[in-house]
Amino acid sequence: MEVAIVGLGLHPFGRTATMSGLEQGAAAVRAALADAGTDFKAMQFAFGGSQDSGNADSLVNLLGLTGLQFTNVANGCATGGSSLNAAYSAIKSGQYDVGLVVGFDKHDRGAFNPKPAEWGLDDWYGETGLMLTTQYFGMKIQRYMHDYGISRDTLIRVAEKAFRNGALTPTAWRQTALSWEEIENAPMVSEPLNKYMFCSPAEGGCALVVCRADIAHQFHSRPIYLKTAVVRSRNYGSFEVFSPSQPPEVAASPTVTASQAAFELAGLGPEDIDVAQLQDTEVGAEIMHMAENGFCAHGDQEQWLADGVTEITGRLPVNTDGGCLANGEPVGASGLRQVHEICVQLRGDGGARQVAGEPKVGYTHVYGAPGISGVNILAR
Amino acid sequence: MSGAKPLHPGLFTWPNANPSLIGSRCLDCGEHAFPSQGSCRACSGQNTQNAELGNTGTLWTWTIQSFMPKTPYHTDETPETFRPYGVGYVELPCGLKVESRLRENTPDALRIGMPMALEIISVRKDEQGDDLVTFQFCAAEEAH
Ligand SMILES: [Zn+2]
Repeated sequence: MEVAIVGLGLHPFGRTATMSGLEQGAAAVRAALADAGTDFKAMQFAFGGSQDSGNADSLVNLLGLTGLQFTNVANGCATGGSSLNAAYSAIKSGQYDVGLVVGFDKHDRGAFNPKPAEWGLDDWYGETGLMLTTQYFGMKIQRYMHDYGISRDTLIRVAEKAFRNGALTPTAWRQTALSWEEIENAPMVSEPLNKYMFCSPAEGGCALVVCRADIAHQFHSRPIYLKTAVVRSRNYGSFEVFSPSQPPEVAASPTVTASQAAFELAGLGPEDIDVAQLQDTEVGAEIMHMAENGFCAHGDQEQWLADGVTEITGRLPVNTDGGCLANGEPVGASGLRQVHEICVQLRGDGGARQVAGEPKVGYTHVYGAPGISGVNILAR
Repeated sequence: MSGAKPLHPGLFTWPNANPSLIGSRCLDCGEHAFPSQGSCRACSGQNTQNAELGNTGTLWTWTIQSFMPKTPYHTDETPETFRPYGVGYVELPCGLKVESRLRENTPDALRIGMPMALEIISVRKDEQGDDLVTFQFCAAEEAH
């Protein structure tokens, strides 16, 4: 049984002072249900998650106590990917016909505040100033630039593209394009990454209605089919955040293993993808993820960015809605925003940011601490 | 640093005139870990023993922490007295790469592949006024 996405709902990312994270999640669910022309009573199950805004299953207090199976998912930045993966299995197995995936969050301003004990680390690691995700991102791209000849100009190009695409996206948080000079001269956060090269914690909600493919047209005239949904964790040797030591050999990241499994299960290859969302927690991540997901060889990104290959008008548009850089990252919702945007593009509803040529196959990739990746391949 | 106590026990030999990092080595597969751990991340076994990992290496990657971190960061610094610090992975002779604060804190002073040496620094003072110390790496003398 194939799995279809028939309802898309987004509560715009950014800041909504008047609404809790939970309320933003409920708003996203209502929008998804309306898009699918159905209601909450028809939902047989839900998978949902939030990092900082409470239990996702509390949504039933706002949406209705219907007795559905509601499972909370907590998987860091990959929460949305894991939720969709669970829903995919629930339908694929024949257990259910139709249900919901939802993610939401509302984070404080500034960097996330991890506690060493929650990551299996002792206090010294945090007390001496090593427990910052920004450091990891800086160190990973620093080594990558050294190994593969990526220049600082390429970092700037990725940021430029993100904010340029954000300016075309009515639901984006950052809707103002930034000049090369503004990006180049922004305050340094963690060498070689500066302020405009990182995404920020944010708020928002996203929801999807998923169902059996054979009943999809009862809900929506343009269903998008979820060809595969894969989640993988890190292997020994993968260079990950919050690691006091790393083994001698650098192993393939969970992104590589998730991507390869997803392509194999879908019977497709990178050359079949018309539009992609790649995790861009910071600009280096988008660059490295282009290669880790199999779209180019390591080092090719320098030329790809210079040639505009990943622009909306390019051969493989990446992060057409501005990605995490322009939308911010409400952790529980972020992976679902990626799927939402690919569905919008495959439906042809992208407006000013619509990829030309009626894209048929899309790809999403989410990556999160401490080394988990989720890949979805979608087709109309 | 007389009266100095390790902030956390078992990370480096102490007291010692020439401290060395302490990690663990798996007796089944030979892989190292830092800090030392009783189970092996490589082979899932539980047959490990502590091993001195030395006090020299080469810089594998680096960044600079340019603003004062929020908690759990805990030193005697204030936003006014905070000084940026380097952070990097130092590749030890056994091949293991250990994450560490770096004394050098400007891009000009840091280069992938440069030789590094261990040193002990004070993190903060405890209630008795004694230094709580940890390890960091700094550029090794060119003469070495
Ligand atoms: Zn072992």
